Amino acid sequence: MTLLDRARASTTDAVQHGRAARARRRRTVIVVLALLIAVMAAVSLMAGRTFYPPADVIGVILGQDVPGASFTVGRLRLPRTALAVLAGLSFGLGGVAFQTMLRNPLASPDIIGISSGASAAAAFAIVTLSLGATEVSVFAIVVGLAVALLIYLLSYRSGVAGTRLILIGIGVAAMLDSVTAYVLSQAAQWDLQEAMRWLTGSLNGTSWPQVLPVLVAVAVLSPVLLGQGRNLAVSQLGDDTASALGVRVDRTRLIVIVAAVGLIAFATAAAGPIAFVAFLSGPIAARLVGPGGSLLVPAALVGALLVVVADFVGQFAFGTRYPVGVVTGVLGAPYLVYLIIRSNRSGGSL
Amino acid sequence: MTSTALAPAASGAAVVRRPRRLRALWLLIAAAVLVALAAASVAVGSREVGWDDIVAALGGATDGFDRAAVATRIPRTLLAVLAGAALAVSGAVMQGVTRNPLADPGILGVNMGASLAVVTGIAFFGLASASAQIWVAIVGAAVAAVFVYVVGSLGRGGATPLKLALAGAATSAALVSFTSAIVLPRGDISDSVRSWQIGGVGGATFTSIQQVLPFVLAGFAICLLSARGLNSLALGDELAAGLGERVALARGGAALGAVVLCGAVTAIAGPIGFVGLVVPHACRLLVGVDHRWLLPFSAVVGACLLTAADILGRIVARPAEIDVGIITALVGAPVFIAIVRRQKVKSL
Repeated sequence: MTLLDRARASTTDAVQHGRAARARRRRTVIVVLALLIAVMAAVSLMAGRTFYPPADVIGVILGQDVPGASFTVGRLRLPRTALAVLAGLSFGLGGVAFQTMLRNPLASPDIIGISSGASAAAAFAIVTLSLGATEVSVFAIVVGLAVALLIYLLSYRSGVAGTRLILIGIGVAAMLDSVTAYVLSQAAQWDLQEAMRWLTGSLNGTSWPQVLPVLVAVAVLSPVLLGQGRNLAVSQLGDDTASALGVRVDRTRLIVIVAAVGLIAFATAAAGPIAFVAFLSGPIAARLVGPGGSLLVPAALVGALLVVVADFVGQFAFGTRYPVGVVTGVLGAPYLVYLIIRSNRSGGSL
Repeated sequence: MTSTALAPAASGAAVVRRPRRLRALWLLIAAAVLVALAAASVAVGSREVGWDDIVAALGGATDGFDRAAVATRIPRTLLAVLAGAALAVSGAVMQGVTRNPLADPGILGVNMGASLAVVTGIAFFGLASASAQIWVAIVGAAVAAVFVYVVGSLGRGGATPLKLALAGAATSAALVSFTSAIVLPRGDISDSVRSWQIGGVGGATFTSIQQVLPFVLAGFAICLLSARGLNSLALGDELAAGLGERVALARGGAALGAVVLCGAVTAIAGPIGFVGLVVPHACRLLVGVDHRWLLPFSAVVGACLLTAADILGRIVARPAEIDVGIITALVGAPVFIAIVRRQKVKSL
């Protein structure tokens, strides 16, 4: 065996070893996150103004009639926790899909205006048109897709540059936010408190009819998105390389955009734009998982965990009940500033 | 011989420098438009009022619904003129100081800094008097401005438009989150705090204008005095220093003026975005880049824009009103997008 062969063999070993270690780490992270979500969901079902032991909660879930718990857990806490998990999954998955596709953590739907479009549409549908939950979701997804298309077209000038897309998205978001503000200011029957609660994203008063569309969206759209995970990872190498490797780039992009916008829009219509979950989940998942490997599943779980924990904290950690969006906003916005400081410092491309 | 050689050069320079008379003409036209708009702002509103009642109300009569309605339009027109002028000058100066075409008190998060400071003051320290609110707003605006500028200018290339705009958007988002966290549990103050969410001039009174007027005048004075310095800064820091400009002093002074202007306006009208972005860009097309002309012209055009936006907001959704901050965002954001589209990717 020549020296060269030996070196080559050891390199191959190291690569294989590293790949196995990364896959192990990714699996561990996913399992731990799923367990944490289960524990936090169980805690938020049991704890509250009245504490119900696990037996009562399980009884309610199995459909038994438990005095007291049937109403509190079955009607109030169960839909709320379900929506928290589902909305978190949707925001995390939709956000990281955009971040991966555009190769930029700042290109998350809540920064480039897609969430603003969905919330403007949802506000308009709820307040002005008084539509029901399903119609609101459909309206939100149509407008969300239109906004995504608009931003893409506006930033297209012989190719879409990430920086231009983000800046244009910020402008579009400012415009749509003012539409939302106007719609809410015209809502006579809502007082300002209620309007602001919805604007920041809130799970207060969640009922099953609100949860159902989100459940359907997650069940249908997340497999579609996860199915594109491999193509998405290859597209990160750049359009030319990806198509040389057999990925139909435009088709992948279209599917990812539709599925991700769908998830975001359905979750927004039900829970309001819960601030920064879509933006935060991807970078946090990347920190946990390390380099390599798809971030889709870890980011979705991080999103769900964030929303469940933030909602619990918002309800019980302070004297007053804060909506979940305030908690994620107060946590998320400084992290965004920190991310910008760090990437400016290192001089890396944003 | 020499004269013929010089002649083409001289006429070329005249074309580039724009004749003084043309710029004065534009200024006069803008002032005339402003007078017409101010008159329209007093005459037009959600309630139709006859001319004799308008004249009576201008004379100070407030009896009857019609005259009372007109009487409330006078201070709001004044505030629209004042706020528009102040925000436009503030934006022009910020664009000069940062050499950044996207600078605007709204985009850089300065308005939101003022809002958060005042909301904090009201909620925790029982801040009631208007003059104290103005001081607190100016301090909040200054802190936010410095923070955004420092964050945006870290790293290679200094404060590029992208980095500044992102730092501003992120800081705005953070400040808005904190503001909601403070306001939400306080039902008792949410009414007085409403104006901090959306900018509007509808609640203007002569008293509030009187209180803010000294700050705005001081801000205008500082900005106009720093116009020469801004012209030198436009050449780049090294060249400006070589020309004998004290760069840090010129930049700091101008920034102080801009912050005082937008902080004071935000203190009584709430956050109004995009006026400071749009107006200077439009004005540069007409009177060129000389700040000694640009600042006064921006003031007049900014006053026109905000007055027009306020009139529009009162007409479009009769009998309800659209706050002027919403109109300016709807008009201004497309301009922002157009400016971004014009830039080359590298310079972002």
